[in-house]
Amino acid sequence: MNTPKTAKMDSIKGGIRTRLAHESAQKHVSGAAVYTDDIREPADLLHLYPYTSPHAHARILSMDLSAVETAPGVVAVIGAADVPGTNDYSVTALADDRVFSDQLVEYAGQVMFVIAAESRAQARDALALAKIEYEVLPAILTIEEARAADARHDAPNTVKRGDAKAAIAGSKHQLSGVVSNGGQEHFYLEGQISIAHPREDGDILLQVSSQDPTAVQDVVSRVLGRPSNTVSVEVRRLGGGFGGKETVPTFIAAITAVATHKTGRPTKLRLDRDDDMIITGKRHAFYNDFSVGFDDDGRIKGIEIDFNGQCGNSLDQSMYVVNRAVTHADNCYFYENLRLTAHYWKTNTVSAVAFRGFGSPQGMIAAELIIERIARYLDKDPLDVRKVNFYDTSKGRNTTQLGNEIQDNILDRLIPEIEASSDHATRRAEIDAFNASSRYLKKGLSLTPIKYGIGFGSNFLNQGGALLHVYADGSVHLNHGGIEMGQGLHTKVAQVVAETLQIDVDRIRVSATTTEKVPNTIATAASSGTDVNAAAARDAAQKIVTRLTDFLADKHALPKDQIVFLPNRVRVGNEEISFNELAEQAFFGRVSLSATGFYKSPENNFIGSPLQGNPFRYFVYGAAVAEVLVDTLTGENKVLRVDILHDVGKSLNEAVDYGQLEGGFVQGMGWLTTEELVWDEKGVLRTHAPSTYKIPTASDRPDDLRMKFIDWGTNVDDSVFRSKAIGEPPLCLAMAVLNALSDAVSYVADPATFGALNAPATAENILMTIEQHRRP
Amino acid sequence: MQTSIHFILGDQLQTISHCSPTATVLDYLRGQTSRKGTKEGCAEGDCGACTVAVGRLENGKLVYKAVNACIQFLPTLDGCHVLTVEDLQNTDGSLHPVQQEMVTRDGSQCGFCTPGFIMSMFVLADENKDPSTSEVEDALAGNLCRCTGYGPIVEATKAAAGQVDHAHWRDEIAERLKNIQPREMVSLAHDAGLYLAPVTSAELAQALADHPDATILAGGTDVGLWVTKMNRKLHKIIYTGNVSDMLDCRETETDFHIGGAVRYSDLPQDLLDAYPDFAEVLRRIGSRQVRNLGTVGGNIANGSPIGDTPPLLIAMDAQVVLNKGGVLRDMPLEAFFIDYGKQDLQEGEFVEAIIIPKPRPDWQFRAYKISKRFDQDISAVCAAFNLRLVDGVVQKARIAFGGMAATPKRAALTEAAITGKPWNEDTATIALPALQEDFQPITDMRASASYRMGVAQNLLLKACAETSGSKSQTRVLSLSEAT
Repeated sequence: MNTPKTAKMDSIKGGIRTRLAHESAQKHVSGAAVYTDDIREPADLLHLYPYTSPHAHARILSMDLSAVETAPGVVAVIGAADVPGTNDYSVTALADDRVFSDQLVEYAGQVMFVIAAESRAQARDALALAKIEYEVLPAILTIEEARAADARHDAPNTVKRGDAKAAIAGSKHQLSGVVSNGGQEHFYLEGQISIAHPREDGDILLQVSSQDPTAVQDVVSRVLGRPSNTVSVEVRRLGGGFGGKETVPTFIAAITAVATHKTGRPTKLRLDRDDDMIITGKRHAFYNDFSVGFDDDGRIKGIEIDFNGQCGNSLDQSMYVVNRAVTHADNCYFYENLRLTAHYWKTNTVSAVAFRGFGSPQGMIAAELIIERIARYLDKDPLDVRKVNFYDTSKGRNTTQLGNEIQDNILDRLIPEIEASSDHATRRAEIDAFNASSRYLKKGLSLTPIKYGIGFGSNFLNQGGALLHVYADGSVHLNHGGIEMGQGLHTKVAQVVAETLQIDVDRIRVSATTTEKVPNTIATAASSGTDVNAAAARDAAQKIVTRLTDFLADKHALPKDQIVFLPNRVRVGNEEISFNELAEQAFFGRVSLSATGFYKSPENNFIGSPLQGNPFRYFVYGAAVAEVLVDTLTGENKVLRVDILHDVGKSLNEAVDYGQLEGGFVQGMGWLTTEELVWDEKGVLRTHAPSTYKIPTASDRPDDLRMKFIDWGTNVDDSVFRSKAIGEPPLCLAMAVLNALSDAVSYVADPATFGALNAPATAENILMTIEQHRRP
Repeated sequence: MQTSIHFILGDQLQTISHCSPTATVLDYLRGQTSRKGTKEGCAEGDCGACTVAVGRLENGKLVYKAVNACIQFLPTLDGCHVLTVEDLQNTDGSLHPVQQEMVTRDGSQCGFCTPGFIMSMFVLADENKDPSTSEVEDALAGNLCRCTGYGPIVEATKAAAGQVDHAHWRDEIAERLKNIQPREMVSLAHDAGLYLAPVTSAELAQALADHPDATILAGGTDVGLWVTKMNRKLHKIIYTGNVSDMLDCRETETDFHIGGAVRYSDLPQDLLDAYPDFAEVLRRIGSRQVRNLGTVGGNIANGSPIGDTPPLLIAMDAQVVLNKGGVLRDMPLEAFFIDYGKQDLQEGEFVEAIIIPKPRPDWQFRAYKISKRFDQDISAVCAAFNLRLVDGVVQKARIAFGGMAATPKRAALTEAAITGKPWNEDTATIALPALQEDFQPITDMRASASYRMGVAQNLLLKACAETSGSKSQTRVLSLSEAT
């Protein structure tokens, strides 16, 4: 034993709180990162192409597929009759999400069957040869139509406090109306894809672009009628997920599984972009009726909101999504008397699915639009109305709609800080002056705060698993239950393990997530990836540390406190040994160098129906100040400057966290401005490609974007090194842009009638709103 | 007759004598060469994940352009140098500056769009060592990223540009390209059809006479989608991109002559300087990748009611020159568009040139493109106003709109309503109802009929404000760039 040269190194490379680059960054930029479609194809691979319904609602009277079956290259046509198990991929097991719908179609774009051919082009060419007769049925295409028909997936769910109706009636002022938001296409750059490989004994391996490999395993097991131990799922990385690859890939994978089961050959289904946008679900649109009573300061005395979520043709996770809108309907504001009701409307449109925020942004935007309307009504700066409604521990106004006391509110410090750093008051005066002298172009400004709850309501979802091997050369192989979809999860988890083992992060290799390494995983969703998976990986690493400590203490007959893990080495009494040497010694000493790790968060008391208890571990806070410029002749607009002050606790990796902050913000901006889903009168989606559906481009990013994490952040929850989740909350900061657009419009609109822009605030929406409310 | 095509991929000469005329570059790269770095994101030229750099000799000089491999047909690479993301690393494994800066500045998250960005950055850095933010944003407008919010990518591009030095291989590639330039008509036969690439307009006319059923391919930014999105089988393709006399632009004392095969990005600077609003609308047609392939001739010939150049060219009083079998005829562009999908174009006839008058004294030209997103979007409404103003009175007006009717069309009644009147807000306001007589726009996914009409009317007011001495700022983009 000697003192290694590294002894002078006083810290490891890539521990926590370092700005470590994404683990795949070098591969991303050189084209070497392998996505599912890049995996070398087996020679006997069959390519699948889906046949989709042209009708929003129809019964299939007859299908003549004989010409399809005999078309060049076609090997098989796969439909419901080929499903050996249950023809259902629904997350609820309600059987309302059929893998193949060849009897009844309930939205335009629903998959009826797939064609398997030697080439993708041959499968696609054969589509035109199908002869199908439909009986077209009446379709419910909008929330209005669903409400008229009382078409619900389930009974409404209400949370109440006090007598909201009486409080509203007894208030000095009342307002009521509709606040709404559109849906949102995920537009992950990598479309949905699955490859199924047959294995011996009829087992199957699926390589899928999925945020939830265990869900894929469960569904494929159900569809094939085989136990889970015959189905393996592997995911190296996703080309973006955003919630769109939470439940949907179970469907895509199930199709390939059935096709492989039928043909005995590997099969691949890669959806064309247009098919992807037509077939797969999006964010829930909401049209919320509200009624609010308030005093002269804009203080809300009573509020009623009916959250009308458009859930589409099947339930999927919609109950949780609409409920989450209700649990976030307060944003940062205390509602003394309230009634908030979740409605789950069924329409003959694609089933709405998870999307970054999962209902929270929809709940928060409702709160913000109501605040905006109150402010316009009272002719006050909306910031002042926000302030009088903030939760406040000192005034007995600290209980959420679910009856929980907020423990970690930092807005009283955060808001003054961003008001000062953004020069809010000065710029308000400057904008007033600009608008007074500018006839056609008007500026707008908004400071909008967020409070975002972290944690799954269902306790069983708050768990993570990991598997860690230390090899005899001291290198480390790590797997955990989370999925790398660009958010830097593998990077952060590796950092946590590096910190725990006190070795350089480049000694740790994180490989593909697979159900064979870590079983019974939960979806990488709800911003929880790091909270649960890094904690599980830390648990595994701590087990190794404990074993190595015991080994050394035993071997050297020293008390355990004489064994100290230092950067890349261990101090044993008065001597040091490199970690690599220690690994080798431990191997020869017959120490198990492989450990599983597990984490579960503290039990919460949340009940979904009726809504009560606390579903959240902690809250994330933040605020954005947006300044916009609007052309009141066209509705065109530009975001000039945005200041963001955000809370990420104690950041594990600021490079990754700033990436999530900016990316989430811009994605939220898109949702609230240019991204508009348009269905035609027959229920056919008309915005099914980037040519017609407009996510932000580089020039849409605010010209001047100033982002900062509070430098005094921490977490009251015992999270991983006191970090906080970062995935979803930043998307909600973009509400500041929508509110700033409303502010600009307010300079030309009649305050007696104009309240706030609903989302999305397209140029058209803005101009039509201006024309409707233009001052006489 | 040349019966094979040649191009350099990376540093390897590729010779192809047998391929489908509509095989895409992307399918070739991912399928036949296993260059999986180039991704398919949309297969319609709108997301940029498939961006590759294509080098061509232009007047002996090697010029790289970013193009969308998903909609470019493989045979059109004849004579080119093609670089994909796999080609950029140095032989010692170190990263190219655009790659390294992306790593350093955390420019990738999921990484799927990254190779496309890298190639757009590569091309910009090759031509511009010190790009401004807006130049970077313009160069990247055709690359969609859903993860990062773009900031780190823009910063990486700016940081990398100054470090880029391609001198050590550019000359060698240019020399090698000289040897493979198409000097005669290319004819590729294939079971699936025929690909012809004539090099003179006379050859083109003859080829069309011989194959009246062939599809004329210019940039392919529309025809490419017929294949990738509509799954149409185009068995015979005649490509205009090598027709040397249709790639020329020249000026006379009164006009700009633009060859029918000239790509948007190759339009002469003098034309853009003469009509700044034409240049600005042009900047917003598709993306850099689209403008590097697409042509004004194609934009006219396909007759789309939402093409951006026709309304502008109509307002400018452009003429179109058609060629059939070597017989030329010309007509005012506005007469070329007959009805939806119907142009005054006979079988075997093609757009040989466009003649654009130079700005005349007393005339003021304004043009506007209205779309959901500023960059890389298709117009809901495109408007052009060309007004002859003498002593504050409208002497003549040429006003044309796209997106308001089945064809790009003049607003004849509106023109009449303002002609002879003093040019001020009152006149413009009084003329607004005439616009409702001129057009009955439709509702679709890009805009409602009422927005189209409302914004069209407001654009008349805006054009009036801009040309009648109002001091008020009228443009969001120019004001935001100024601040």
